[in-house]
Amino acid sequence: MEFKDYYQTLGVGRDATADEIKSAFRKQARKYHPDVSKEPDAERRMKEVNEAYTVLSDPEKRAAYDQLGRGYRPGQEFRPPPGWDSGFEFSGSGFSPREAADFSDFFAELFGRIGSARAGFQPGESGFAGRGGDHHAKVLLDLEDTFQGATRQISLRVPKADAQGRVALETRTLNVKIPQGVYEGQIIRLAGQGAPGGGGAAAGDLLLEVHFKPHTRLHVQGRDLRLVLPVAPWEAALGAVVQADLPAGSLKVRIPAGAQSGHQLRVRGKGIPGNPAGDLMLEIQVVLPPANTARARELYEAMAKDLAFDPRQQGRA
Amino acid sequence: MRDDEILIGSLMEDSWLTLEQLAAACSVETQWLLRHIEEGLFPDVQSVAGTWRFTSASLVRARRMRELERDFEAVPELAALVADLLEEIDELRIRLRQSGLG
Repeated sequence: MEFKDYYQTLGVGRDATADEIKSAFRKQARKYHPDVSKEPDAERRMKEVNEAYTVLSDPEKRAAYDQLGRGYRPGQEFRPPPGWDSGFEFSGSGFSPREAADFSDFFAELFGRIGSARAGFQPGESGFAGRGGDHHAKVLLDLEDTFQGATRQISLRVPKADAQGRVALETRTLNVKIPQGVYEGQIIRLAGQGAPGGGGAAAGDLLLEVHFKPHTRLHVQGRDLRLVLPVAPWEAALGAVVQADLPAGSLKVRIPAGAQSGHQLRVRGKGIPGNPAGDLMLEIQVVLPPANTARARELYEAMAKDLAFDPRQQGRA
Repeated sequence: MRDDEILIGSLMEDSWLTLEQLAAACSVETQWLLRHIEEGLFPDVQSVAGTWRFTSASLVRARRMRELERDFEAVPELAALVADLLEEIDELRIRLRQSGLG
């Protein structure tokens, strides 16, 4: 296990006052806010900053960390001496035990007793007496998964308490059936798969927030799907029945005569399945055949001569 | 649990969250939620026959507001204002992606 220099994470000196630590934390929290930060790795950095602040903002934890960390350099191999924490009483911080479970192994080894009976954490603080906390995770799916419903393997890091109440992080792999018709931003709840409850109470839930990988041709909006449909000029001008390829299979679509690029066709109920199912929005894109053969040039020249068509003139009408 | 066991998930829209479930999911007190609802900081929540019903959008909003209040000691109204802006950014980002610009 590597030693973590929490002072370096927050960018403060070892003699920083509580106010300086708070102010440094806020600067970093603003810089790495996962919703707005442009920094690479913002989410991971924010976790490190939260972890460092949890320790340094709490006088007892900071004192214990200072005593223990004397002489260590960041990244150096670290083992706490047995029984090092006797004489310290760690109370809860602004972070719930569930959130602290996201922190590093280093933190779990040092302050793992947060959440155990000894640490003064009240199981009822979440509003559910004794019920285990809910876990949150994001899951990235292919758009195809929502049509067929897919089974996905998801790996999570979860805290496990041993008989002494010390918490270590374990990787847990779950096979999850993704319900058909799920859409972007929805949350899939796996009942009872969160943190175990205290004293025989119910376990928390695991909440998975659904996101889709970007798709080359399809875009999603709620349960509606948008697809750009390329058509030949004669298909657009004369009308035609063409085939549109979708994740759930292909679909025959009637193009009305006189269709233009940018026109939209709505096919009801052919978006993401559900009750009600979403719609499929097809955006017509007229694609010109290249004039790269003598015959093709001849056809374009014949149109130019016979049709007397000026698209700029049309726009002014 | 066996390795080959498959868990079946339920969609949140099909099953609403209660006040207690939302509080547990965001590590907040139910009182915190009620206070924020009374102040109008959760504009979209519904009360049906005296029971609060929350969607997954409320869950994301509650977590954001709680973090803003905790990390920056923001007053609830400011946290709600930032949450409003973040929700609008989410919406715009989705639209950018849909236009192939994201």
